[in-house]
Amino acid sequence: MLHIVACIKQVPDTKIIKMNPKTNTMDRASAPAILNPYDAHAVEEAVRLKKKYGGIVSVLTMGPPPAVKAIKKCIELGADEGYMISDRAFAGADTLATSYALTKALEKIAKQRPIDLIICGKMTIDGDTGQVGPGIARRLNIPPLTGVKKVVEINKEKGYAIVHRKLEDGYEVVKSQLPCLFTVEKDINDISFAPLPNMIKAARYQPTIWTADDLEDVDRKQLGLKGSPTIVSKVWAPPKPEGGKILSGTKEQQVNELLSIVLEKKELFV
Amino acid sequence: MPEKFDCIVVGAGPAGTACAYELAKAGVNVLLLERGEYPGAKNVMGGVLYRKMMEDIIPEFYKEAPLERPIVEQRFMMMDKESAVTFSYKGLEWGREPYNNFTVLRAKFDQWFAEKAVEQGALLVCETVAVECIVENGRVVGVRTDRPDGDIYADVVVLADGVNSLLAKQLGFHREWRPDEVALATMEILKLDKNIIEDRFNLEPNQGCTIEIFGDATKGIVGTGFLYTNKDTLSIGVGTLLSGLIKHKMKPYELLEYVKNHPMIRPYIQGSEPVEYLAHLIPEGGYHSIPKVAGNGVLVVGDAAQLVNAIHREGSNMAMTSGRLAAETIIMAKAQNDFSESMLDQYRMKLMESFIGQDLKKYKDATHHFERFPQYFEQYIPMMNRAASQMFTVDGTSKWEKQQKIWRDLGSTKQKFKLARDMMKAWKVMK
Repeated sequence: MLHIVACIKQVPDTKIIKMNPKTNTMDRASAPAILNPYDAHAVEEAVRLKKKYGGIVSVLTMGPPPAVKAIKKCIELGADEGYMISDRAFAGADTLATSYALTKALEKIAKQRPIDLIICGKMTIDGDTGQVGPGIARRLNIPPLTGVKKVVEINKEKGYAIVHRKLEDGYEVVKSQLPCLFTVEKDINDISFAPLPNMIKAARYQPTIWTADDLEDVDRKQLGLKGSPTIVSKVWAPPKPEGGKILSGTKEQQVNELLSIVLEKKELFV
Repeated sequence: MPEKFDCIVVGAGPAGTACAYELAKAGVNVLLLERGEYPGAKNVMGGVLYRKMMEDIIPEFYKEAPLERPIVEQRFMMMDKESAVTFSYKGLEWGREPYNNFTVLRAKFDQWFAEKAVEQGALLVCETVAVECIVENGRVVGVRTDRPDGDIYADVVVLADGVNSLLAKQLGFHREWRPDEVALATMEILKLDKNIIEDRFNLEPNQGCTIEIFGDATKGIVGTGFLYTNKDTLSIGVGTLLSGLIKHKMKPYELLEYVKNHPMIRPYIQGSEPVEYLAHLIPEGGYHSIPKVAGNGVLVVGDAAQLVNAIHREGSNMAMTSGRLAAETIIMAKAQNDFSESMLDQYRMKLMESFIGQDLKKYKDATHHFERFPQYFEQYIPMMNRAASQMFTVDGTSKWEKQQKIWRDLGSTKQKFKLARDMMKAWKVMK
């Protein structure tokens, strides 16, 4: 039976978040917390593979107590179990420290039930780095398959997976050993409309929550802010594009004017 | 086999949540269904929450609930084109515990209230629409939702699905509401600096003011405008009977724009920035429109049961109390394991004995009267403004002569009789 673990994160909805113009940091209170959209596709894919091959889907997250909501969302999508590591010691972690803490939690989960496949979203929409997934794979010494847009086959008996990886100009078909780690693109699947029993299960669900002390062989120097060598020297919001022109007049006039602009600035359109 | 609950409550507004809260507190296994992304996401009201009925459910809720401002002043403007006669009561006793009422923003408040119900043990499931009641052998045994495997069963279903209550309609409890039984309210939340709000409305921090606007706010259509102070926003809106809008061929947002630009209102909101736009139907049919509220295995609460006192802009309090009374009835029914209509009909009796039934009965003809006789809003409010202007303008005319002028302005003897008759009639429908 397959055991798939999806690593997920609760993030502020950056589609509507406001930036603090003075400090250039995100005003997290200005946007609701949501399940990172890429991670939703990771969980969806895990659930689809479970339906196809049989097995169990667990989800894992690191975050403050309200992040339980993101796990509940995953239960709605069809995950069976949820684990959360939550501790002040994890606070302020960059991608290096995050992948370390998650790896320790994954090792603990694997002791209870060996893991065949880990699926992560391609990246989070608040950090946009895409480093945590490959970081976990490196630490667990399993192959990272990034940019997965289709899972062709998972064969647990023979211990391999075949996937399509998105490339700039197409995709490549990759066969990898199991266990391995995928980071998935949004176009890998469409999120299903959750059935009612899942919704009810999620409303009741309480995940397993571990503190740093609950994890084994943890080097505390590698956790949280202490374990984070990343220095953010400057953050700025991209300037809003300026200019633009709104055409007026009759439909014909507007089309003619638009065409003349396109011809005039044709080098922009090549 | 789908799961069975003791009770399913459809809709997590004030009525449904109050009901679920009370049931869960009594140990009843209750499922609270909400179609919005979260409770409050789809709910609209001008913004006055009454303390007493909320405290009947959660004592001292004001110590932790997300409220905007306790209201210390209530103003009533009888507005004409460029004048207004204003009555007001301001009392600082309302600014202290236990308070009288508060302005709230529903998106925040409803969410908090539902969380409280969950703490009591209610199970809240959002983003799920109950599309119909499951009826077997003449009794409601559950609801069908829009989700896959979406049937869910219960001993009793509480319909708190709001003004249109498609579920109660499906059961034949009410027909489609007539346009004179529902009002359409449109409102905006305007962002404005906290200090400016306090200056403009003569308030201390943590004090609030409500203004109800009659007359020109609705261009004479039966209804009111309102302007409420929140922490750092204002809620401004207009609600009029749908029939009035149809008759005058007005679009609801036109009225709102009209009020926002009215010279009597504009200075209050100058420099503010709209942050939210909301619109909703409000049941204002009153006593005569209350549908069947109890059936075999089913109860109807809140807006779904037309429980709104349009004259006093009370609704959320009636919703909460009706939810609480429904819960009381269900707890009793559960003890006797009898969810038949004759048992559940005790809810209707409780409802009618409470202030809800009493008040709605008192005003049973009021809205309809003002709808039928438009002269109150169209003629008498401007008349009142002219009288005040005449009386308070110092221009060397003697006061006696001014009174004569005001008297003449009331029209011919015949018109004066009509006015007197109208005032008597208004007194009768309001008393």
